[in-house]
Amino acid sequence: MMPRKRTVGLIIYFLLLLLPIYWMLNMSLRPNADIMEHFAFYPSNPTIANYIKIFTDETWYSGYVNSIIYVSMNTVISLAVALPAAYAFSRYRFLGDKHMFFWLLTNRMAPPAVFLLPFFQLYSTFGLIDTYLAVALAHTLFNVPLAVWILEGFMSGVPREIDETAYIDGYSFPRFFLTVFMPLIRSGIGVTAFFCFMFSWVELLLARTLTTTDAKPIAAIMTRTVSATGLDWGLLAAAGILTILPGALVIWFVRNYMAKGFALGRV
Amino acid sequence: MEKWQDNRAWFLVLPVFVVVAFSAIIPLMTVVNYSVQDIFGPGQRVFVGTEWFEEVLADRRLHEALWRQFLFSGLVLVIEIPLGVMIALAMPKRGWGASASLVLLALPLLIPWNVIGTIWIIFTRPDIGLMGQAINGLGIPFDHTSSPLDAWITVVLMEVWHWTPLVALLAYAGLRAIPEAFYQAARIDGASAWSIFLYVQLPKLRGVLTIAVLLRFMDSFLIYAEPFVLTGGGPGNATTFLSIYLVKVAVGQFDLGPAAAFSIIYFLIVLLFSWLFYQALQNVGTGDAR
Repeated sequence: MMPRKRTVGLIIYFLLLLLPIYWMLNMSLRPNADIMEHFAFYPSNPTIANYIKIFTDETWYSGYVNSIIYVSMNTVISLAVALPAAYAFSRYRFLGDKHMFFWLLTNRMAPPAVFLLPFFQLYSTFGLIDTYLAVALAHTLFNVPLAVWILEGFMSGVPREIDETAYIDGYSFPRFFLTVFMPLIRSGIGVTAFFCFMFSWVELLLARTLTTTDAKPIAAIMTRTVSATGLDWGLLAAAGILTILPGALVIWFVRNYMAKGFALGRV
Repeated sequence: MEKWQDNRAWFLVLPVFVVVAFSAIIPLMTVVNYSVQDIFGPGQRVFVGTEWFEEVLADRRLHEALWRQFLFSGLVLVIEIPLGVMIALAMPKRGWGASASLVLLALPLLIPWNVIGTIWIIFTRPDIGLMGQAINGLGIPFDHTSSPLDAWITVVLMEVWHWTPLVALLAYAGLRAIPEAFYQAARIDGASAWSIFLYVQLPKLRGVLTIAVLLRFMDSFLIYAEPFVLTGGGPGNATTFLSIYLVKVAVGQFDLGPAAAFSIIYFLIVLLFSWLFYQALQNVGTGDAR
């Protein structure tokens, strides 16, 4: 009986989780006047006008393109630097290792409001303002520490005998790392990639501060539209629904890595 | 198992250090610099020592915001961590059910933070919102724009809705990393589901749960966009959390010095508590089942 009760609980949880999102979907399919006029559980005359506006207006859809570009750059950079570092932390003892490990995380602890100004000055000095690289680099500040921490956890779960055996068998470090070790922690890599993507995707303050037009993220365009024309709930809801899709696609691709875990003794 | 001692490991860490230090160190030093100066304009600044720190520490409204913040983060951790682990345990291990659960869980996490606030306005408004209509329909007056209690319920509910999936995803990935052999051994010993959880799963989850607790503490303590969009810190000051008050000081009063001092103190509080959590979680249960 136990598993069935669990499943029922899980389904109830997911229904509750979906309610606010369903409500946003409902709003996105109705014109603004209709939304404000009366309460309705579902759109009686569904319209995709809100979505058409987003896909045909360049100020709207360019926001999605910009966000996707810098978020992808950030995910690649974060994983590339974090993988070797996480290995070092999980396998070796070296000068200042514990301090370094915790220092990384302190970069997630500063309240952003006042830090925005020096950030802007720093990136201006390097001529990076309004480039994808600026946002991708700025977001490594909170994503790299996270990536190192999550990957380190997964790597520490792999017994060190596997490394030792591989080195005795004559594997070089890069070859061992790429062909033996990374497949073993693929669930960890999948989860980490997803988290980097996600945190970069939803971050607004830094992304908005470091961009003016060319690399402006979608979330910033949404706030601008809100302040310009009053609240168009329908349009805002449609844009919100569209912000979920790219990440949902990413998690669809990494779901197997997350779900499988790893089988020991395959080496 | 002892780790290998080798300082050459620094070469593996160096890229991370360079990338992070580029964005971390100069802005931090700049803010420290602001916090000890009175800035009148470009090139016109006076060293004022600890004056801003004393001023900020004596601010009664900051104290109120700080207690509110502790209450909020405490509630968030107490609700989200156990709930997230329970969800992870209930999720199917394989098949389409596992895939569907993962995608569903991820949905709230993928919404930009200002949009989260907007969704919850639409969802809870008494006139056009599903939740607002439903609760008022039950005969319970509910309006987060006028009742402080309703505002708190809405903000906490929004936070739990938004972030419990993060805990669940981490815990789920941690659970999948436990080798099947561990469960087989426990089954041979005739262990109950509860003792499997306590002695097999929970110790193996310590790593991911440490990350989950730290992340949830830090991010909830620094929360800004979602409650700001939803309640604007009101009604009155009922949901003016520390970040919202910081922005009021920084932007509203346009005082860079006190705002910088405020930021440093804020940062140190987060640092202290994260360190305490980290130490506690590192040491808890180190004796068993490893």
